[in-house]
This record gives sequence, structure tokens and C-alpha cells, in this order.
Amino acid sequence: MSLNYSEKPPMTENSRCLADLTPGQSATIEHVGGQAEVRFRLLEMGLTNGTSVRLVRRAPLGDPLELDVRGYRLSLRKSEARGVSIGAV
Amino acid sequence: MARSAGSDAPPQICEIAVAGNPNSGKTTVFNSLTGLRHKVANYAGVTVEKREGYLSGTKILLIDLPGAYSLSARARDEEIARDVLLGRQPGTKRPQAVLLVIDAANLERNLYLVSQVIEFGMPVVIACNMMDTARRRGMLIDCAALSKELGVPVIATIASTGEGIDELRAALMGIDGARPPSRQWRLPSEYELAASRVAGVMESSGIVPGYASRGGALLWLGDFLAGDAASRQSAERFMDRLGPDDAAILRQSADGLSREYPDSAAMVIEGRYQWISQVAKRVIRRPQLATDGSARVTTTDRIDRVLTHRILGPLFFAGIMFVLFLSIFSWAEPIMGWIEGGQNALSRWIAAHMPAGALRSLMTDGVIAGVGAVVSFFPQISILFFCLAVLEDSGYMARAAFIMDRLMAHVGLHGKSFIPLLSSYACAIPGIMATRTIEDRRDRFTTIMIAPLMSCSARLPVYLLLISAVFGHRTWLKSGVMFGLYLLGTVTALIVAMILKRTLLAGPRPSFIMELPPYHLPRLSSLLRSTWDRSKLFLTGAGTTIFCVCVIVWALSYFPRMNEAGLSADARAQLANLQANELDKRDNILAAEQLKSSYMGRLGHFIEPAIKPLGYDWRIGIGILSSFLAREVFVGVMGITFAVGPVDETSSDLRERMAGATWPDGSRILTPLTAIGLMVFYVLACQCVSTLAVVHRETQSWRWPIFMFAYMTVLAYGAALGIHQTGRWIGW
Repeated sequence: MSLNYSEKPPMTENSRCLADLTPGQSATIEHVGGQAEVRFRLLEMGLTNGTSVRLVRRAPLGDPLELDVRGYRLSLRKSEARGVSIGAV
Repeated sequence: MARSAGSDAPPQICEIAVAGNPNSGKTTVFNSLTGLRHKVANYAGVTVEKREGYLSGTKILLIDLPGAYSLSARARDEEIARDVLLGRQPGTKRPQAVLLVIDAANLERNLYLVSQVIEFGMPVVIACNMMDTARRRGMLIDCAALSKELGVPVIATIASTGEGIDELRAALMGIDGARPPSRQWRLPSEYELAASRVAGVMESSGIVPGYASRGGALLWLGDFLAGDAASRQSAERFMDRLGPDDAAILRQSADGLSREYPDSAAMVIEGRYQWISQVAKRVIRRPQLATDGSARVTTTDRIDRVLTHRILGPLFFAGIMFVLFLSIFSWAEPIMGWIEGGQNALSRWIAAHMPAGALRSLMTDGVIAGVGAVVSFFPQISILFFCLAVLEDSGYMARAAFIMDRLMAHVGLHGKSFIPLLSSYACAIPGIMATRTIEDRRDRFTTIMIAPLMSCSARLPVYLLLISAVFGHRTWLKSGVMFGLYLLGTVTALIVAMILKRTLLAGPRPSFIMELPPYHLPRLSSLLRSTWDRSKLFLTGAGTTIFCVCVIVWALSYFPRMNEAGLSADARAQLANLQANELDKRDNILAAEQLKSSYMGRLGHFIEPAIKPLGYDWRIGIGILSSFLAREVFVGVMGITFAVGPVDETSSDLRERMAGATWPDGSRILTPLTAIGLMVFYVLACQCVSTLAVVHRETQSWRWPIFMFAYMTVLAYGAALGIHQTGRWIGW
């Protein structure tokens, strides 16, 4: 699967990523991409395909993000969240 | 003592590893089981804490593994956990069983590590901890069902109250060597085939014990195929230990798989989680199920609405940091005062009861001063460690990193670097030791390298002395200069960090994938225990080095002894002018003369050509040289070289002497320009043997402390030279 990380992704379902969520919004993970180190860490932390996640909040300066995933809280940077594409909200 | 253990007796379990995710309450469980009696060391070659202790009342040794989310080779802590379990960690015996501590409120992610460990085939007992938190979130964990699913005993515990600890102890003592069932989730048949081929090679090689070979094979394939550098290197390292034929079989199996499944490493992780989700569904009951279970508002959520709020969050953060500093200065300073008082009293007592001579001087100026230098750091360091333990145990540390990450990312650092750097304003030593929470080696070393640029409290007396010597009573100017010095250190640190991250310590951008654990009320006993453990590491590790250097510096300034004939004409004239009742002045003059003719004095004269372009004479040179012990020594040494006797930074006598000191041509030595240059030198120079000793400990090499000393000295010299020469040139 090839992923297209353009600056402004078109608002179609397929190319939305985790960084596009607004606080309080939930989504289902479709594919975890990005750099291998980050990618496998995210997978191991439970962000696998089909997992539902919720963006809880952004840090005071806008980055990093706080996610609710599998019942716990995970923080990651926007740049890392851009590699995770999500499905329907 | 020959004693034969009956060969047909059941295998005696002697070592049990304690594994678990970070924040699962593993340390609390470990502390309850060992009754807080354990010893702390480091794993060989790395600065990862290794705690070992006996299960109370037994001969069973519990080995606390570093917290791990998985057994991957991507993180240092996790690789150590894996190596200990497989008996590959030098200096640590292979455990015969594993105690897994899991967080009941966060079951799914915790089960990931559980599934990996169970596949190693060792007897396992699970402590399903934090049952109370799970209950508060509306979840009931059916431990009997979980035990049936996993095929290993599961004991419900609440370690913070001690609930279930007795049952857990009984379960650990009752481990009978029964191995857990083999893997219960399936991979595509090609993958299973490759995994059993790899397992076969591992088993026959004898490097991995037979029972662990199937679990080991999955881990190895995951490492080899994941595609990140650290995992691949770990997989290659393992192959290097095999014969060429065996290594070829492994490579073939992995290559075949990657052709079949281009993303097989991710496939394995997902397979594991699919199985975990099913297990979790069967063992978690939600009697008070809300419409959306995940959106329940917890206490942690309510706290975080304030503590990570857009505006309130940073305000609270600043407030907490302010209280941290306040506590260090308001608690540590009186204690440091007592220690100094005791030190002086002891010196006086020895001076009164021992005949004068080298031995007495060694005792008072070498040994007591050396022990004093170590001990006087102690209150500050242990209070700082205590505060850091509170921040860590309560869960706030992760929030601090969360809030500060954006700012730190600008210089290529991680949010976790912030607290260690901030601690360094009090003292770089606990700051450097606190960098252990930073997983990425490059980030950690960068943070260590810049920590001593933060103006620590030991520089304060030097700043105060010099500022008041040349700026007199102009309060606004004095405050401005002081602020400028702190700012200079901070800005330089950030620039150095940026340069290091682009050169020596360049690497891929570190990730900020970090758990934000629920808040907990820390327990005083574990706070005190961890404070003591870390402070002891400082005393035993760095303390020895500091003490030795103190004695060496004493010897350099004590020998060779001067005699009356060697007195300079200047000193003779001064002595001749003394009145009969000015005996102590005579002592001061003689002490100054002794220092001048000692090896230290010769060194001062020797380096004078090098420091003259900075505007310093040999006396300031001696001050700089001996401040290598610790910066605050500068004030005392200035007192001796300027022959005013024992002083502190508020001594007006010393201030006047220094302000009035002249070069042979009559021009003033300590002009505002030289003083600013000297203070900038103190901001930037690494004159602290304790810091270097700790850096050696923490980086496990001499290269980094030497590099630190070299770059900071060059920086300090260059800046002081620049300031002095530019100032002269513009005619200031």
C-alpha cells in the first residue's frame, strides 16, 4: 500500500490521518505507516488495524497529541500521527 | 562444602525474574514481596538499574527487570529484559521462572508482553495488579478465566494496599516447574513452517534453551524482518554466534517469508493483538457498562483537564517547578550549613589535638575537605532525587514531558530532556542521573553533554563575589549581570544541543511515543527507598573520585614546603610592617606565600601566559585550577592567594583586595571587563570533577567526560578571550 503524505490531504476518507482528528473525535485505524522504528512501536503499543482510537487533547503548544487507545493514554507527535491513516469517524 | 541435591527431587526454583510494562505497579509489587530489602546495581555495561532481593523469608531471589512493553530489540530496556530471560545478560543468572505484573485496568496492552514471555516456555505466575483501578473504571477482571485462557496461575493483587501479596508469595513458592502451554494463536502455515525451522536451529545450537526456542524463533524473525536498524542488528548479532550453515538456514527462512509476506513483521504483531482482543473480551466483565466504555471520565481525566490545559497547564507546570526549586534551596541550604559547621568544628578539633605538620594538614585540608565536598552535595542531591521520585511516581513526569516536548523539539530534543536540564540549575549531578528515563541513547547523551552549562548553585558564590567586587552597590546592574549569566548558560546549552544533534549524535528523529499513566498518590516508603538508592549510587560512584581529587589538590598546594629563606621581598616587607598584635595577618601572608611556592602556585605561574590574554594573573589562575574540584572552592582560594584568610563571598575585605589588586605596571587586574570575562568563563567551563565522574558512570566510557571537559573548556576560554580582547580593542 502506498501512502501519500501531502501537506494538505484531500478530505476523502482514505487519506485522512490521525493528526487530522479534532479533540474528542474517534476513528478506526486503517494502516500504520511511517519510519520503521516508529511504525513497529505504534503497532506494539496496540495501534493495529481496526483498533478504535480517540483524540483526547493536544498539548498546550499544539503538539504532541494525547490518544485514548485500548483503554489507556498514549502521546505521540503530530509528525508520527501523520503516518497513521484512519477510516470513518 | 559438598552437599548433593537429590537428583530426583523437583527442580529447585532459585531465581525468578519480575517482568512487566512500565506503570504496571511492578516496582511496588517487587517492594512488597522483598519487604523493601533489596540491592540496587547496574546491569553490566549499561546504566539500567538492576534490583535484586529475596522473596521475604525464602532463598528465592527476585530479579526486577526493566519495565518493557515488548521484548523487542528497539529499546535498550526491553533488550535487557529479553537478554536476562534468555540467560544472555552477563553477570545475571538465567531465571528459572517469571513473575509477570500486569495492569488490570490496561489489560490488552499488558497482555502483549505476557504473550511474548509465556512463549519462552518458562514457568510463569501472573500478578493481575491494580484491580481497584480497574473496578473504578467499571471493569471486573475474571482472574480464573484469564488463568484458563493463558494456562498459567493468575493472582489478583492491589500492591498499593498489599491485597493479594500473601497469595502471590504462596504462588511463587509453589512454582513446580510446570511449563505453560505452547502458543495458542496461529500464523499462516508458511510462517509456522519457517518459525519451526528457526526454532530447530536455535535448539540444536544450544545458545537458546530448548523450551524457549519457539518463542525465541518468533522474536528473531520479527527482528530480522521489521526493517529498523536496531532490530536487524540484534538479529544479525545472533546469527554471528551460529555456525555458517545454521546462519544460512535462518537467513533463507526469513528471506523466503519476506517474499511471501512483504509485511510479515506487522502481521505477527497484529495476529498477537487479535488473539489478545478475544482473550480480553472473555475475561473482562463490564457490569456498569456505559454507552461508550472508553469515554468514561476518570479521576485522571479530571486532573488532566487542568494540568494539561492550554493555559492552566503551563501555569501549573511553572508553579510546580518553582516549588521544586524553593524546596531545594530552603531545605538543602540549612543542612549544608550544618555540614559545613560540623566540618569546620572537626577541623578545629583536629588542629587543636594534632601536632602541626603534613599529617594534620592532610586530615584537615585534604580528607575532611574531600569528604566535605562529597557530603555537602548530598542534601541538595537527595532532595532533588526525592522531588524527582514524587514527579515520577505520581505520573506527572510524563505530563511535564508532554507539555514541554514542543519547545524541546526545536533544538532536536525530547520532552523528557526538560526536567533533567531544569534540575541542573540546582546541580548537574542529579540532572545527569535523571536522564536515565530518556530511552534514545543520542538524546540522552546530548542532554548529559549540555546539562553542566546550566548555571548550578555552586557557581552562585563565584558570581556573587565577582559581581560585587566590580559593580559595587549598583543593584539594578548587578541583577542584570546575574540574569545575563543564567541566560548565557541556557542559550549556549541549546545551541550546543542543536550542533551535537546534527554532528556527533546525529540520527533519526527520536519518537515521542509515550504512555501517559494514570495519576497515583505516591507512597512515602517507595519514595524514600528510591531516593536513598539513587543517592547511594552518587556516594559510592562519584564520591570516591571526588575524594581522591580533593586529596591530590591538597598535595599540590601543600608541597613542596617553603622555608623562611624563600620568602619573596614583597612578603618580607609586608611582614616587617606588621604590628605585634597582627599575628593572624602574619599567618595569612605566610599561607599566601606557601601557596605561591607550592606545585599549585607553580602551575598558576606556568599557565599565566595562557590566561594573561584573558586578563587574569597567576592568583586567579590558581583559583581556576583549584575550582576544578568544585567551583565554590574559588572563593576560598581567592581568600588565601589574596592573603585575607578564611572568607566567604560576602567578605568585604576580599572584595576590596581583589578590586585593588594590580599588575606590576600598576594597572588594575580586576576591571569590570575582566570580571565579566571571568564570570563568562565560569558559566561555560566544566570545573566540576563530580560532574565528570557522574558522566563517566552514566555513559560507561571516558570518552564522553573527556569530550565534555574539552569542549566546555575551549568554549569558556574562547568566550573569555573574545570578551577581554574585544573590550580592550574598543577601549573599555
